[in-house]
Formats: sequence, structure tokens, C-alpha cells
Amino acid sequence: MPGRAFLPRQDPLLEPIGTDVPLLSVRGLGIGFDGTPAVADVSFDIHARETVGLVGESGCGKSVTGLAIMGLLPPRAVQVSGSVRLAGQELLGLPDRAMRRVRGRRIGMIFQEPMSALDPVFTIGEQITETLVAHIRLSAAQARERAVAALADVGIAQPRERLDSYPHQLSGGMRQRVMIAIALACEPELLIADEPTTALDVTVQGQILDLLQDCSARLGTALLLITHDLGVVAESCARVLTMYAGQVVETAQVGRALAHPRHPYTSGLLRSLPRLGTPGQRLQSIGGRVPPPWDMPPGCRFAPRCQHVEPRCALPQALEPDSRGAVRCCRHGELALPGAFG
Amino acid sequence: MHAGRLLAMRLLQVVPIIVVATFVVFGLLHLTPGDPAMMLAGDNPTPQHVAEIRHLYGLDRPFLDQYGLWLWHAAHGDLSQSLLTRAPVSSLILQRLPNTLLIVALALVLGLGFGIPLGIAAAVRNGSAVDQALTSAASLGVALPSFWLAMILVTVFALDLNWFPASGAASLLGAPLDALRHAALPAIALAGSTVAEVARQLRSALIEVLGTQYIRTLRAKGLSPTRILWKHGLKNVAVTLLTVTGLMVNRLLGATVVIEAVFAIPGTGSLISYSAINKDFPVVQGVVFVLVIGVILTNLLVDLVAAALDPRVSRA
Ligand SMILES: Nc1ncnc2c1ncn2[C@@H]1O[C@H](COP(=O)(O)OP(=O)(O)OP(=O)(O)O)[C@@H](O)[C@H]1O
Ligand code: SF4
Ligand SMILES: [Mg+2]
Repeated sequence: MPGRAFLPRQDPLLEPIGTDVPLLSVRGLGIGFDGTPAVADVSFDIHARETVGLVGESGCGKSVTGLAIMGLLPPRAVQVSGSVRLAGQELLGLPDRAMRRVRGRRIGMIFQEPMSALDPVFTIGEQITETLVAHIRLSAAQARERAVAALADVGIAQPRERLDSYPHQLSGGMRQRVMIAIALACEPELLIADEPTTALDVTVQGQILDLLQDCSARLGTALLLITHDLGVVAESCARVLTMYAGQVVETAQVGRALAHPRHPYTSGLLRSLPRLGTPGQRLQSIGGRVPPPWDMPPGCRFAPRCQHVEPRCALPQALEPDSRGAVRCCRHGELALPGAFG
Repeated sequence: MHAGRLLAMRLLQVVPIIVVATFVVFGLLHLTPGDPAMMLAGDNPTPQHVAEIRHLYGLDRPFLDQYGLWLWHAAHGDLSQSLLTRAPVSSLILQRLPNTLLIVALALVLGLGFGIPLGIAAAVRNGSAVDQALTSAASLGVALPSFWLAMILVTVFALDLNWFPASGAASLLGAPLDALRHAALPAIALAGSTVAEVARQLRSALIEVLGTQYIRTLRAKGLSPTRILWKHGLKNVAVTLLTVTGLMVNRLLGATVVIEAVFAIPGTGSLISYSAINKDFPVVQGVVFVLVIGVILTNLLVDLVAAALDPRVSRA
């Protein structure tokens, strides 16, 4: 259907018919900073208990997408449009009071910098219990017991003693464990983890990723793992969303995306990965860089860096859904792109 | 344990500070022109008479001897006597210190009482018209000379409207209301720049704190803005606020010299200026000694409370 890309695109992923309402459903999400659109037309679903990776290079709009879902972008400077539904309920435009019952309770979030993400002048016990008390009716003693359990669950030794520690007394890995304990304290339905291991020691990164998977599996929490590292996604997620220049360009099952990427950008990311590439083969980085929001190519946003560019790529590309996921590339049917193993 | 060691270390540092401060003042008094003996000797002194007086008061001794003797006595609690009135310096200071402390305390209460809410209001509305108005007013207020404000206040509220007395002081214990009425205008005059300074410092500290990543974490946890501001925001700026308060106390103590002159208040500030003009060395020395100790104790208190408030300070 070569004509599809010409049509003004409205709803690329049709609302699923039937009872299977996704846990999180993002449609046509746009985020502008003082009028400059940084994210345009991002659409994806996350189902209950699903682990989904959101990948893309720096500046692709991954973090602002996560923050927009949480309603954490400053309303005055940032314009958010589109739709974000949690179990069918629209979150965009929800009054702050109602949104506060979603944050921390139904969606938890952890960030890249464990060193600065905890309040330095309160004990970690206080920082866990205040989250619990904000959302759940608990006595101080009950909250304390749950905080002990939460610390034990994230693998912190002597959790009862640790309650009275201050953040500066803990290592980076320990602090990220505490952050996970806080984010999961109220057993949310979805956890958004924005580059949770990037700032950590390589030796600790794997432990934290394992912990995230274990904890979310145990609590039945769906996971949206934001990272620039496809290797991390390969290890911990079932499905992957590739983002480029403020758009989702491909969604697929992780195994499929690794073996047979359908978007040239996903393929490029895979081939620049040392861990997944075939031994002996030279790593190929994608030439060029992500265009800034104020200088977007008018057609396919990846065109300036794409090896497969053709005249029709000069037109805006639509995200086309099918049984295997979705792709935003008019040539995806005719290209056989190399994956991680070939 | 930590606080104890901090206290001991700080007390040890106090001694050299006192010695240096009093030595500098002693030196300055000796360098300025004028001879106290000439003043004491009356209208037509004979050189002989002047020499006798110099000898009597030890003014003919070498400079270092004089200072050493003063320090030795001061260390034993004897601040010697006024050259002019022969009254013990310590009792002069004790008579006047309450008047000064009342003004400083009142100015501090006003400064914090208005400065803190204004600083918070500006920080929370960072960038808004309210914030900009408050910030410009504060920049103006910081630069406002307190004696100028004092003269306006006296003209309007004391002389024209007659709401407050224009000068003098009353005993806080004997006539508390009267004492407060006397202290009101000088305290307001002193508080002007304090309000501005406290508001300005608190605003910038709070804006910085509210922009940190841990505040974003608190929002991601679903805490309300009120809780985030009053619990986490304020505790994180508490140390800044404390430091500014200590600084303000020191500055206010210094500013009393001018303000007490404007309002003719019998306090330690006016005692310094009067005694300095009349070359009454022991009195100036004694007041400086007491004020330096006051400043040092304030700073010590600030450090101890800061250590109690911020876990990172006490373990540093
Ligand atoms: N506060 C802001 N003001 C203006 N533009 C912003 C702001 N925050 C983000 N942007 C823009 O939004 C785009 C996406 O930023 P975002 O932080 O989401 O990228 P990212 O994919 O998370 O990258 P990284 O891997 O570096 O974290 C960037 O191009 C950036 O210019
Ligand atoms: S649309 Fe064209 S330029 Fe864009 S990714 Fe596909 S092939 Fe490359
Ligand atoms: Mg980011």
C-alpha cells in the first residue's frame, strides 16, 4: 500500500477491540518546549505485567515521554498533547490532586542519578514511609514494618538498621535499590525506570537490572525501561519500542527486533552494540546525530542518516501497525536489514 | 560526641580571635590623634599635671605593656574603669547592654518574621510578577541605609504622628510596654535591610532546592506540593537560613552604633561612639571585647544547630 504514507495519519494503532484494555495506552503524544515540538506523535501500548524497553540515542525524547506519562513536566513551559490512558482512564489534563493518586501509587518512577534523587536530610526510612502514608491508610508502626520489608525485598542487608541511614551513607548501587524500594512500596501497576543503571558501576548494573525484573515480576508490575542501550533491553524486556527524534519508529518483540529489525534505525543501533554483534565483525556506528527539535527534516526524520534513503522518504512517514508490531518506514517491506546476529 | 568535639574545637579557636580583635582596636585607638590625658587634665593643663595623669593611668608605659596589662585583667573578668567617670567598665556595659539587645532582638524577629514568608512566596512563584516585584524591592531594601530609614521613621512616626517616642529607652523589666515603644522605631529601621537580605537569600536557596532531582522524586512519589515545600524544601534550606540569621545578628550588632546615635539610645553602640570620641580607651576596649564574644557565641550556636539539622554537616 504505497499510498498510506500520503494520508494524514490519525490513529496508527487502532484501539484494541474487546475486553483487552491495555494497562497504559499512549496515543499521539506530543511534547513541546515553548512551542518547539521535542516529541511528536508518540503512540504505544503497555499491557499488564509486560516488560517494555524504550530505546533511542540521547535527545530522542525518551525521558520527556516518561515524565509526560507521570505528569511531571512543568505545565507552564511545556505543552503536552495527545492521550495517555491508564487502564482506560485519561491522565492528561487530570487535576493535580487526582494525578497525585496515580503517581507513586499506580505508576512508580525511578531515575538515572541515584546520588541526587534522594533527599539528603531525611533518613531513607522516612523517605519510604512517607510514600506509603501518602497513599495507603497505615499507622506509623505499620508503615515502618512495610518499609523494612520493602528494603529487604530489594536486597538490602539489615534493613531495620538501614532505615535510620541517610542517603550519603550509602553507595550508588544501594541508593538505587532504595529508589526501587520507594517506587515499588505501594505496589504500582507500572514502573517507569529512566536509565536506572547508566550512572552505576558496571559491576552493579547487572544486579540492579535483575532486581528490577525480579521485583516487578513478583509484584505483577509492568515495566517501562528507558535506556539508550539495546543490550539492556535484550536482557530484561519482552518488547521494545525504538524512538528516534521524538517519534516511535518501531515496536516489536525483543527477539524479533534483534534478529530481524524492520527499521533502519533499529538495525543501526543493533550493529553498534558490542555485546550483541558477531565476534570479529567490526562495530558500525550510525553516522551523524539526532537532529535537534528546531531542525527536524520535513520527511522521514532518519533520512539524513539512512543508507536506504529514496525520493519517497522525503515525505512524512506514518507508523504502520501490523501483526508483528509497527514500523515507521515506507521501505520496510522491501528491505532485509541486518540484525544483531547477522 | 560529634557535637562535643565541635564545641571544644570552636572554643579553642575563640581565644586567638578575641586577642586579635581587641589588639587591633587597642592599636587603632592609640593611632588616632588625641591624648586622653589632655582631656582629663582640664582646661589649662600644665605639662606637669598632664604627665602626672599619664603616669597615674599607666598611659606612659610602652604600648604592648598597656595592652598586655589590659588583656591580663580582662581575662580575669576585670575590664578596668572608665577614664572619664571612673565607673567600672563592666557595670557600664551591663547597664546598657539590655537596651541594645532589645533592639537587636526585635529587629531580628521582624527581619525573620517578614523575610521568611516573603522569601518563600517569591521562590514558590519563581519568575512571576509577584516574584519580580519582591526581588526588586529586596534589592532596594538591601541597599537601604538604616540611618536614612531611621530618620524618615523619626520624622513621620515620632515627630509628625507622635505614635512613638523619638529617642531614649526604658527598662524592659520596669516598664515593658514603654521599652517596646522606645525600641520599635530603631528596630524597624534596622530590620529593613534584614528583611530584604533574609528574603533574598531564602528565595535563591529555596529555588535551588525546589529544582533538584530529589524534589522531582518526591513529586514522582505522589506527595503534595504543600508537603514537599514545608517538609522537604524548608528542611533543606534550614542551614542556609541559620547561617543568614547568624550573619544578620552580627551585622545588627554593628549597626547599633549608628542607630543608637540617631535615636539617642543609651546602649552599647552609643557607648562605643561616645567613649571613642572622648578617648575613653578602657570603655571602648571593654565593649568591643563583649561584642566580639557575643558574635563568636552566635556563630558557635549557628554551627551547633546546623550540625543537628543536617546529617552531612555533623559527619563531615
Ligand atoms: N527543559 C527543556 N527545555 C527545552 N527542551 C528540552 C527540555 N528537556 C528536554 N528538551 C528537549 O527534548 C528532547 C528530548 O530530551 P530527552 O531528555 O527526553 O532525551 P532522552 O532521549 O531522554 O536523552 P538522554 O539519553 O540524553 O536522556 C531533546 O532534544 C531536548 O532538546
Ligand atoms: S523512510 Fe526512507 S529514509 Fe526513512 S528510514 Fe525508511 S528508508 Fe530510511
Ligand atoms: Mg533521558
